[in-house]
Amino acid sequence: MLDNAIDNLLDDRKGQVLETAPGAPVALRCETRSAAGSVSQRACVFCGSRVVLYPIADALHLVHGPAGCAAYTWDIRGALSSGPALHRHSFTTDLRETDVIYGGAAKLEQALRALIASHDPKAAFVYSTCIVGLIGDDVDAVCRRVAADCGIPVIPVDSEGFKGTKKDGYKAACDALGKLIGTSGDPGVPPAPARSVAGINILGEFNLAGEAWLIRDTYARMGVPVVATLTGDARVDTVRRAHTARFNVVQCSGSMLGLAAMMEEKYGQPYRRVSYFGLEDMAQALYDVADLFAGADPGMPARAAALVGAEMARVLPLLEPFRRDLQGARAAIYVGGAFKAHSLIKALRHLGMGTVLVGSQTGNKEDYQRLQQLCDPGTIILDDANPAELSRFVLEKRADLLIGGVKERPIAYKLGLAFCDHNHERKIPLAGFEGMVNFAREVHGSVTSPVWKFSARRHA
Amino acid sequence: MTGPEAVAPDYAVNPCKVCAPLGASLAFKGVAGAVPLLHGAQGCATYIRRYLISHFREPVDIASSSFDEMAAVFGGRASLTRALDNVAASYAPELIGVATTCLSETIGDDVKDILRGYQPAAGDTSARVQVSTPSYRGTHLDGYYATVLALVQALAEGGPALDLVNLFPGIVCPEDLRWLLRAARAFGLEPCLLPDYSDTLDGGQWAEYVRLPPGGTPLARIRESGRARGSVELGWSQAGRETAGRYLNREFGLHCESMGLPMGIEATDRFLAVLARISGRPVPAELEAERARLLDAYVDAHKILAGQRAVVFGDEDTAIALALFLAEIGVAPVLVASGGTGALAASAVSAYPQLKGFDAAFLPDTDFARLGEAAKQAEPTLLVGHSKGAKLARELDLPLVRLGFPVHDRFGAGRMSSLGYAGSHRLFDDVVNSILAHRQAKSSVGYFYF
Repeated sequence: MLDNAIDNLLDDRKGQVLETAPGAPVALRCETRSAAGSVSQRACVFCGSRVVLYPIADALHLVHGPAGCAAYTWDIRGALSSGPALHRHSFTTDLRETDVIYGGAAKLEQALRALIASHDPKAAFVYSTCIVGLIGDDVDAVCRRVAADCGIPVIPVDSEGFKGTKKDGYKAACDALGKLIGTSGDPGVPPAPARSVAGINILGEFNLAGEAWLIRDTYARMGVPVVATLTGDARVDTVRRAHTARFNVVQCSGSMLGLAAMMEEKYGQPYRRVSYFGLEDMAQALYDVADLFAGADPGMPARAAALVGAEMARVLPLLEPFRRDLQGARAAIYVGGAFKAHSLIKALRHLGMGTVLVGSQTGNKEDYQRLQQLCDPGTIILDDANPAELSRFVLEKRADLLIGGVKERPIAYKLGLAFCDHNHERKIPLAGFEGMVNFAREVHGSVTSPVWKFSARRHA
Repeated sequence: MTGPEAVAPDYAVNPCKVCAPLGASLAFKGVAGAVPLLHGAQGCATYIRRYLISHFREPVDIASSSFDEMAAVFGGRASLTRALDNVAASYAPELIGVATTCLSETIGDDVKDILRGYQPAAGDTSARVQVSTPSYRGTHLDGYYATVLALVQALAEGGPALDLVNLFPGIVCPEDLRWLLRAARAFGLEPCLLPDYSDTLDGGQWAEYVRLPPGGTPLARIRESGRARGSVELGWSQAGRETAGRYLNREFGLHCESMGLPMGIEATDRFLAVLARISGRPVPAELEAERARLLDAYVDAHKILAGQRAVVFGDEDTAIALALFLAEIGVAPVLVASGGTGALAASAVSAYPQLKGFDAAFLPDTDFARLGEAAKQAEPTLLVGHSKGAKLARELDLPLVRLGFPVHDRFGAGRMSSLGYAGSHRLFDDVVNSILAHRQAKSSVGYFYF
């Protein structure tokens, strides 16, 4: 029956779905544009840029285009700020038909000047949407003029929706960040490449539900200061200072690995990939940083081990009641980045749960090979899936739980599956040791709900 | 009364509208067996899905032609053709509704021509309807009406008259759609309600995977719309524009009655009088009983409402209907605002004599920044509108009665009804109770009966 389901895939989707089998991993087709008409769960280049830069809380984020692109992204992410919250507004040039005919550059310039005057941002990002390239607005020239007059960086983000995939949007955002890093806007910032701080930057951590704060606290207990988080709870000036850190750690590798490579080359900052989801990966993220600093601070690995030991001793008993109820349940995972999926599989094992389906919007070849090695035989692995495939495979594999985001939620609920939101809208921190307890509580609360006894599928 | 003609502002801060392809997608979701297909970049479909899913809490599959750079340079024919093939293969739909976006419009794709030249695969029997919805023109409400018009233009046929009434409502909730169906049937009329997403976007659990949720206006019914006894258009926003009802009037000679949304007693009376005229039957007793209960509720709570001042916002149809409803129950509509322009421009506001004496200010084509400034001037005691006003309500420390689209911060958006006596009754109770809840929460005494 399952073979049948794979056979029934659209021709355009063949090669992007497989069922794991014993033996060496198979290459999964990935990092391609979405098949036309397949109802991809991905968004666009603009989305990729917007999610990476969005949390910079004292910057003006101006979306140059018709109002829709800005309206759909108005304060939709749970990226918290400890201070200013300019990022939670939605600014747009709200282009109309006449602007499309005569050009939108003049409108952009007026909007930038007015909004900078009224909101006093520390920098401005100007996101290009699909039509900006087509109507030929010289966004770079406008940004240069306004920057010169207003005295703040005004940075164009090359994020026209159709010019690639969400990953290209990450790259455009990282290019924009690269233009800020190392610029000395305030007198306290030493010029590149002098590194004076024995701290780290955390790249690809967006402070959803305050997760960056949890992680910073944990590193602080080890004795490692965090110079900049890119971009959770970031300020323009902390971004500028990022070149002063000793090392970079990269979470959500899909979005920021390129920036980490650039910073290593330009500022000599080595980096490590980490994940803060699940107990093992969180512990590993602390050990890895301790190793980086062990030369200068030989006591640090021991401090990290003590911290991990204490947290494990605290957290494992809290997980036990959840594990008792969840033992043997089957999970399906469909998330944006594949790196997070690795952590989730391991986290689910702590809860006694197996994974029967795992997929992502933006994974690469190595990600999918590692997933195949991590998963039991018979697991479905998919790249850039759609609702039809997800629905069919969660049923075929008799999943009890789906982990995903807003667009995956109704698929689970219609079919009578439990659901855990592990996407940008989440309101509960799921990272770190405490996050693992929250994750267990979230999964448990849904899987063990009494409502499923009425679900149509379970009676069928 | 004030109301400047709209001058497009230089920018928007916190928009009070979304774009036309969303309205097109919503309208296509109300047709049986239909899949909306947006001809543009992948993000348009995904963002719109996310926005609609967060409101309805239902699956909303919208396909995309997934434009890339090649398509932007050489045209989107190949992408759209491929998308049609793939949608037909995965969904076996009865209809593929193709809506354009700013991208495909700006490069000048001729979608009509692409569809004309399209060769469906063997066994693909789906119909294809296209609508032009560039995101820089109008709002989601305009895209919605344009799609209803496109469906009727493409499908309606003439012939011997049927016991049918065409109902073309603005963007209303599934529960309201169900009331419209019930009302028409109570007069012995079969409704051609277009669109009808009352089941497709407010359905039950599935025992197994279904390609498309059940429900929606059947294509056969839309074909029959040219043979109805008449059409009723519900919503003021399209005054002076081409609509499905006016098209059917011109093309097939069907009488078209245009009115606002039937919210409140006066507006519902008017709507039911039209159904009575079309059917030749009196208003049925069950609807008279609903009216009696509503009127009784008005009387019971009228003193709670005296002196209340409301800011209303939403699409133009909803904002105007709300203003008229609030005026009817004794709440002064002090500011009537919309991200759209239709029906709120100065030339149109004199059409609402019921609002005379309230000194209501009209604010078309607004964003939430300007709406917020105007709201502070208006000194309201409550807000009525969609959930994007929640930040403003929090800032002003006022209750927000949620109504319209979208409602992203509460459950049950599909059942936040306001039409007919029954829906008006639900809304009325919500308005009164929101005022009481706010008073109770703010009271130092801690009253526990009112």
